[in-house]
Amino acid sequence: MRQTVKLTECMKGCRATIVKLHAQGPLKQRLVSFGVMKGARVELMGFAPVKSTVEIKVGRMRLALRKEEAELIEVNADAQ
Amino acid sequence: MPNSAPVCPVTEKHIRIALVGQPNVGKSMLTNAISDARLHVGNFSGVTVEKSEVFFDYKDYHFTIVDLPGTYAFTDYSIEERVTHDFLCNEAYDLMINVVDSTNLEKNLQLTAELMTMNKKMVLALNMSDEADREGIVIDYEYLSKLLGVAAVRVSAAAKLGIGSLIESVIAVHEAPYQEPKLVFSEAVEEEIGLIASYLDEHRFSAVISNRNIAINLLQNEKKTYRTLHDLPLWTELQPLLIEADRHIEMHHDTDDVKEVFAEEYAAFIRGVITETVRYTEQPVEKKSPTERVDDLLIHPVLGIPIFLFLMWGLFQLTFEIGNIPMEWIDAFFGWFGGTVGATIPNADIRSLVVDGVIAGVGAVVLFTPNIIILFIGIALLESTGYMSRVAFLLDGFFHKFGLHGQSFIPLVTGFGCSIPAYMSARILKNDSDRLLTLFIIGFMSCGARLPVYVLFTGAFFAPSVAGNVLFAIYIAGALIGLIAAKVLKMTAFHGQDEPFVMEMPKYRLPSVKLIWHTVLTKTLMYLKKAGTFIAGASMLVWFLSSYPHSHEIEAAYGAKIEQAADERAAAHLTVEADAAQLEQSYLGRIGKAIEPFFTPIGLDWKMAIALQTGLAAKEVVVSTLGVLYAVGEGVTETDKTLISAIRTHIPFASAVAFIVVIMLYLPCLAASVVFTREAGGIRYFIYLFLFTTATAYALAFLAYHLTLMVTGAPALLPH
Repeated sequence: MRQTVKLTECMKGCRATIVKLHAQGPLKQRLVSFGVMKGARVELMGFAPVKSTVEIKVGRMRLALRKEEAELIEVNADAQ
Repeated sequence: MPNSAPVCPVTEKHIRIALVGQPNVGKSMLTNAISDARLHVGNFSGVTVEKSEVFFDYKDYHFTIVDLPGTYAFTDYSIEERVTHDFLCNEAYDLMINVVDSTNLEKNLQLTAELMTMNKKMVLALNMSDEADREGIVIDYEYLSKLLGVAAVRVSAAAKLGIGSLIESVIAVHEAPYQEPKLVFSEAVEEEIGLIASYLDEHRFSAVISNRNIAINLLQNEKKTYRTLHDLPLWTELQPLLIEADRHIEMHHDTDDVKEVFAEEYAAFIRGVITETVRYTEQPVEKKSPTERVDDLLIHPVLGIPIFLFLMWGLFQLTFEIGNIPMEWIDAFFGWFGGTVGATIPNADIRSLVVDGVIAGVGAVVLFTPNIIILFIGIALLESTGYMSRVAFLLDGFFHKFGLHGQSFIPLVTGFGCSIPAYMSARILKNDSDRLLTLFIIGFMSCGARLPVYVLFTGAFFAPSVAGNVLFAIYIAGALIGLIAAKVLKMTAFHGQDEPFVMEMPKYRLPSVKLIWHTVLTKTLMYLKKAGTFIAGASMLVWFLSSYPHSHEIEAAYGAKIEQAADERAAAHLTVEADAAQLEQSYLGRIGKAIEPFFTPIGLDWKMAIALQTGLAAKEVVVSTLGVLYAVGEGVTETDKTLISAIRTHIPFASAVAFIVVIMLYLPCLAASVVFTREAGGIRYFIYLFLFTTATAYALAFLAYHLTLMVTGAPALLPH
């Protein structure tokens, strides 16, 4: 099995499957309600200036996350 | 406007509908389409911050639609979510219309699945179906209805498609008996549901809802179901059963969070439904969507922020350049109007009241209508295209450094229009300390009503070619001071946990001309109405206070001097002096003189001090007060009567700068203060706000005044 990484360690344009959410409580609920959950497919769309914020695509929706939050999402990146 | 009066006779058939959906799926627009009402529609989450009701008639039914704030999931975490949650749980309604975005069913049906456990009649409105057609999404509506056990109707609020059949199916569902929707869970969960339901069956437990549904609610830790069952004798046996069931499910899902378990369950169910009912004729994967292409530029890591600043700069340039073209005409019109009306009034006092009081005051405010319209159009465009969320994305990193949340940007920009909706839209911030912090600095974003003051002063002191830039600089300065104030407050009063930034970036949508027209028209009419009523009244009051008491000694003394004057020039000069002396001993003059010592250090004379005080009622009144004070004080002999030139001749530049600084930073108007107090949650916050803004305004005005004096080399204002 390939190694899993933090979502923020992926490159722009990378696609991945979510393996685990390390968030807790309200943040986890919030992510889950946006469809960011185990087994969901994500695509990394890009970063804001100084990489403070990251834009991802889950299903057909685009979502903005702060770097600190995106780091809590553990993914299994597709082979390029 | 609603088509019918809100009161309905009890004998008629009445259907009360709760409109529920995730943010940004077009709930408000759908309500507009159904009832022709004019709700505020925007393309970012959090437009409907409070539930709004509309009423209309169809066939022999009276409909009430309650448009609830959008919510991603059925939780009660943020204020908006709580409004929706509490309404759905506690209030009376006949059925729900669940609005979903047809182009994003997978996400939207997640909420639908949660709502399906509510035991309420439901109609699913698949909105934006025209957009789905264009994106090659084909939905089998009939099969979808069948799989969910919920009537699914294809609609498009924007194109006004399917509105009739939506209402028809609402009536049909309303008339039919309640049918439980069909939710199917994974084997492991279904097994536990079966165990609990059959236990309830065995004990002949029966409620309005099925035992299966009670079991689902128990497993979801739904509070109300728990409370009800907790007081019953069968609870003692049910409880160990539940604990065992929870343990099994958690083991199966490899998590200890029941919310997450059910979210995964719903997601799996919905994936199944979508596979069965939705086909994509186009592969969305490889081709870049128009939104993505636009975003490549607008949220470019390097170019994004300069583009945003350029757009804002352009807006203020337009506000000044185009807004100033009709200004001369309006000014000339009110001059002519005042003269014409004045000529018909024989009594000097009443003539002065009408011409110098009401017409001068209202005219000064109406003068700025074109600027206001342009600013409102700009903000409406920002709101409705989806660009707001992009800016929040770009600025979050920067905002975060100042202790603000990226989403604070939305209330803050709204604040450039009017503080009142801005205070309300701060509710999209979940965390209370983030929200309070944002509330405290919204006032620093100069609202539309302050624009007239800025336009007046920049017009008086700067050439038209640079005035637009000065205007932009004033707004930016306000915003920057707001950020610094946020940092200070964050470090002192509001330290607390940072709120996570998780925000949807909606698709770009072309703004509907009709919608912008409605928004701008409503706001402009409100502005004019205020000018005609509140400001006319305030102008009369200011006129009265500045005209009385009338001193006969001054009149007699100057009258004699004027008669002996050598030539007409000297006589005119004396008349002006007499008017000024009268004004100074008027009620307003006496109040002004009393408070003047406090304002002298920041370079303001008593007239400006009075204008600032009247601005506490409404910022437009600042301009009308200046209009009245300078119209009265100036006398009738001056040839050039426009307010702008009066300001230019009577106010030193450094004082004007200090005045603008105070206007920019001090307490918002009365109405906004009331809303602030309500949103912040107590009068003590208002007192904090008053102290905070007054201290900031005074200190910075002092600084600005003395810096300007140093730079220009002008002498300081001395106490009289």
